[in-house]
Amino acid sequence: MIQKKDLAIYVHIPFCIRKCYYCDFASFVAPRQTQALYMQSLQEELKSYTPLGNHYIVRSIYFGGGTPSVLEPIYLMRVLLDIRDHFLVAKDVEITVECNPGTLSESKLQEYKALGINRLSIGLQSANDAELKLLGRIHTWSVFRSNYALARRLGFNNINIDLMQSLPHQTVEGWMDTLQKVTELSPEHISAYSLTIEPGTPFYNTYGSPEGQKELPSEEEDREMYHRTRDFLHTRGYERYEISNYAKEGYESRHNITYWVGGDYLGLGLNAASYMDGRRFTNPKDLQEYRDTARGAYARCKAAEPLTEKARMEEFMFLGLRMMQGVSEMEFRNRFRKTIADVYGDIPTKLMAEGLLKREKGRLKLTERGIDVSNGVMAEFIL
Amino acid sequence: MADIDQSRIRNFCIIAHIDHGKSTLADRIIEKTGLLTQREMQEQVLDNMDLERERGITIKSQAVRTIYKANDGKEYVFNLIDTPGHVDFNYEVSRSLAACDGAVLVVDAAQGIEAQTLANVYLALDADLEVFPVINKIDLPSAEPERVINEIEDVIGIEAQDAPQISAKNGVNIEAVLEAIVEKIPAPSGDPDAPLQALIFDSIYDSYRGVIVFCRLMHGRVRKGMTISMMATGASFDVVEVGTFGAGQFIPCDELSAGMVGYLTASIKNVRDTRVGDTVTEKARPCKEALPGYKKVLPMVYCGMYPADGAKYPDLRDALEKLQLNDASLQYEPETSVALGFGFRCGFLGLLHLEIIQERLEREYNLDLITTAPSVIYKVYKTNGEVIDLTNPTNMPDPTEIEYMEEPIVKAEIMVTTEFIGAIMDLCQERRGNYLGMEYMEDTRAMLKYELPLNEIIYDFFDALKSRSRGYASFDYEMAGYKRSSLVKLDILVNREEVDALSFIVFEGTAYERGRKMCEKLKEEIPRQLFEIPIQAAIGNRIIARETVKAMRKDVLAKCYGGDITRKRKLLEKQKEGKKRMRQVGTVEIPQKAFMSVLKLDSE
Repeated sequence: MIQKKDLAIYVHIPFCIRKCYYCDFASFVAPRQTQALYMQSLQEELKSYTPLGNHYIVRSIYFGGGTPSVLEPIYLMRVLLDIRDHFLVAKDVEITVECNPGTLSESKLQEYKALGINRLSIGLQSANDAELKLLGRIHTWSVFRSNYALARRLGFNNINIDLMQSLPHQTVEGWMDTLQKVTELSPEHISAYSLTIEPGTPFYNTYGSPEGQKELPSEEEDREMYHRTRDFLHTRGYERYEISNYAKEGYESRHNITYWVGGDYLGLGLNAASYMDGRRFTNPKDLQEYRDTARGAYARCKAAEPLTEKARMEEFMFLGLRMMQGVSEMEFRNRFRKTIADVYGDIPTKLMAEGLLKREKGRLKLTERGIDVSNGVMAEFIL
Repeated sequence: MADIDQSRIRNFCIIAHIDHGKSTLADRIIEKTGLLTQREMQEQVLDNMDLERERGITIKSQAVRTIYKANDGKEYVFNLIDTPGHVDFNYEVSRSLAACDGAVLVVDAAQGIEAQTLANVYLALDADLEVFPVINKIDLPSAEPERVINEIEDVIGIEAQDAPQISAKNGVNIEAVLEAIVEKIPAPSGDPDAPLQALIFDSIYDSYRGVIVFCRLMHGRVRKGMTISMMATGASFDVVEVGTFGAGQFIPCDELSAGMVGYLTASIKNVRDTRVGDTVTEKARPCKEALPGYKKVLPMVYCGMYPADGAKYPDLRDALEKLQLNDASLQYEPETSVALGFGFRCGFLGLLHLEIIQERLEREYNLDLITTAPSVIYKVYKTNGEVIDLTNPTNMPDPTEIEYMEEPIVKAEIMVTTEFIGAIMDLCQERRGNYLGMEYMEDTRAMLKYELPLNEIIYDFFDALKSRSRGYASFDYEMAGYKRSSLVKLDILVNREEVDALSFIVFEGTAYERGRKMCEKLKEEIPRQLFEIPIQAAIGNRIIARETVKAMRKDVLAKCYGGDITRKRKLLEKQKEGKKRMRQVGTVEIPQKAFMSVLKLDSE
């Protein structure tokens, strides 16, 4: 019998009720008709991967967006059924749906439950209504609260809450207030990101200029928020396991960890990225182009250039370092038949001397300071 | 073609202030004399370097030969030798002038005489050339030919009443220029039967034919097979080919004789054997004496040039060697910098010359360069009686060993409309100028005369002049010896380490100001790093200015989107690439740009 490889499947649902002012994801508002056609293409895309069915066992499925929860649950059902048709799915599979407050109802959540969806990731961003309004969110804190309570009542016992710090005009105290309120609800997992002003968004027009930047918290404040987040969540029973992710023990996101440890994942849908069999490829960003080529997805995947060993080493390092557990020196050697020192010379030593990296029990990890400037640290591992 | 009647030869050049239309007139002359059809004519045939076309200036001398059928029914041979217009290239100008018998002076009908017009006219008169004026751009609405004619007569003192009034751009009245060339420029009068005596006025290197020598025959003849010798270097060669200049091509012929301008090749591999200004003669029958040649010009501005990628050092050396082949005024010698590694200290005629060479190295030789602040040559009188010529600030002796120092001074002539006199005088004052006098050219224009330290004008004086006169001032200068001055070496310390490539010598009275500006500029240019970086300006052990680059607090990608690793990778690769373009000085990484930015301290 062939040893089956673990696989994570990402399903991109690009639809939203309204686009938030900071968002630069492949997402947009679309009529039902467009949604139906899109889901049809996505099923065609999925079908093209049938030949891989024997090689993989699916460990996690993640509906991301966009706002997957705007879709009628029947679409999610079709995708899940197709996945089960073509792939072996692990008994304890983690199935996550990203949802936004204001798009959840009792019936919808009940259907999710029936489909085997066992993890919700709710985009709250802030517990402060003025901040929510500024971000262009469609919901308030109280709408979130009732959605959350509903999910709990229906038995969802693995919930992530997405939060965003360093919002315009936000103070450290304001941010701590959001954290306080959220932890009172005791979700299993919290993702806390710093707001990034991305080109092409309305926020970029407002806050992208040197003048606009003055309305954002300073770098010092941003770092203070970040460090206080870790300390505060620690006291509430959450451990930081990745730069921006915190979980109660045993509730780390299996799906996201796949990305960071170089596991195989299949991305379905608009602009979704995949990494399978040493090859990376990304679906078209243009909706029409995506739909026109969905059928040939697997053929394209096979045609992609495999990553060079150099690229694999680089990724092993810069993705692995995002995890607080860092990278294992032993594993590097097992994978590449060379030690980290063979490949990177004195770079790790230099970074350790600068206090950016540390070595513990055969693993290299970022220090707190190393996290703050991690781009610079990771860039050192580009060969 | 054997024996051309010398009375039918006209060897001339066109001189003008920059932008007065010299190259355009040259094009029209070539076109009208039928050397090329209009279709073959590329705009400005003579400016054949890309850089020349882009900047609209002539850098290298060029020569072209054409035939003109004059109104008297006879055919004349025109040898037009183009000359550079910028003050930095006076040397090239005088080289070209020596090969001519006359000069066409082009003056813009709207702008009138400018500083460089005068400088070039004086060079031509010094070379005993017949000079006649042409009034160009009469098509401009602002043209005032009458006023300009009077100005020429008053200021230069040459007859201008019957100067052809033309528009080179529109091809108006070009015939009048051609006729004037025939009438006014004297024919050469050498003896074709005397021993060969020819002046080398330029040379280029061709990988197939070796050095191609551009020469003007004063006396005698030269033909294929003749053994020639160079009077200064003593080297001798067998002539392989002689010929004349087409537009952008060489046209071989049997023989060149007295009065002619042409080229010769003789399998000369080493350009040093054929020095520009040297005299070519026949080995078996040498002429009695060499032609006066030209005085060797000395570089006035020095700077360090370093390859951005240290591995390209040999490439830079080869490129400089090749450029020097047809630009004898370029000098270079190896030097090393702690900050920049291996490079060259290069000497130039002026800042424009420096920029031109830099651009040619970057474009034609594909080199990425770091240039240090330009410096003039200071004379350092040491207490032990020794005198040194200082071209690199790093070599400045310890102040305790210095008795005193001198800096080079120029005499500058600035022509300006009267409304800007005040502004320009202020500028000269700021640059430590010593007012010598002022002459009114006419009611609205004056010529200011100043003595200025060269180091005050090599950076950005020209730009400042233009901006303070809304573009109306023009400027020319000549060296006027050395003067004692209080000079200090200003050092820049980055993270408490001296960066040798940023040191420069400055007048004591302005050192504080300069140091402060340097620190401010560097603060902008040096990106934040993981630690705080003090930037200090110091004279000896005394810190005179300080800025701080704050430590980088945050450089983290908060969210690693889904599986989009490619995006993350691109970001890191860009970061890595940026690092490569930095120079490591101690623990600090300084971008290449920072080294250059200090050249433009006054531009704001």
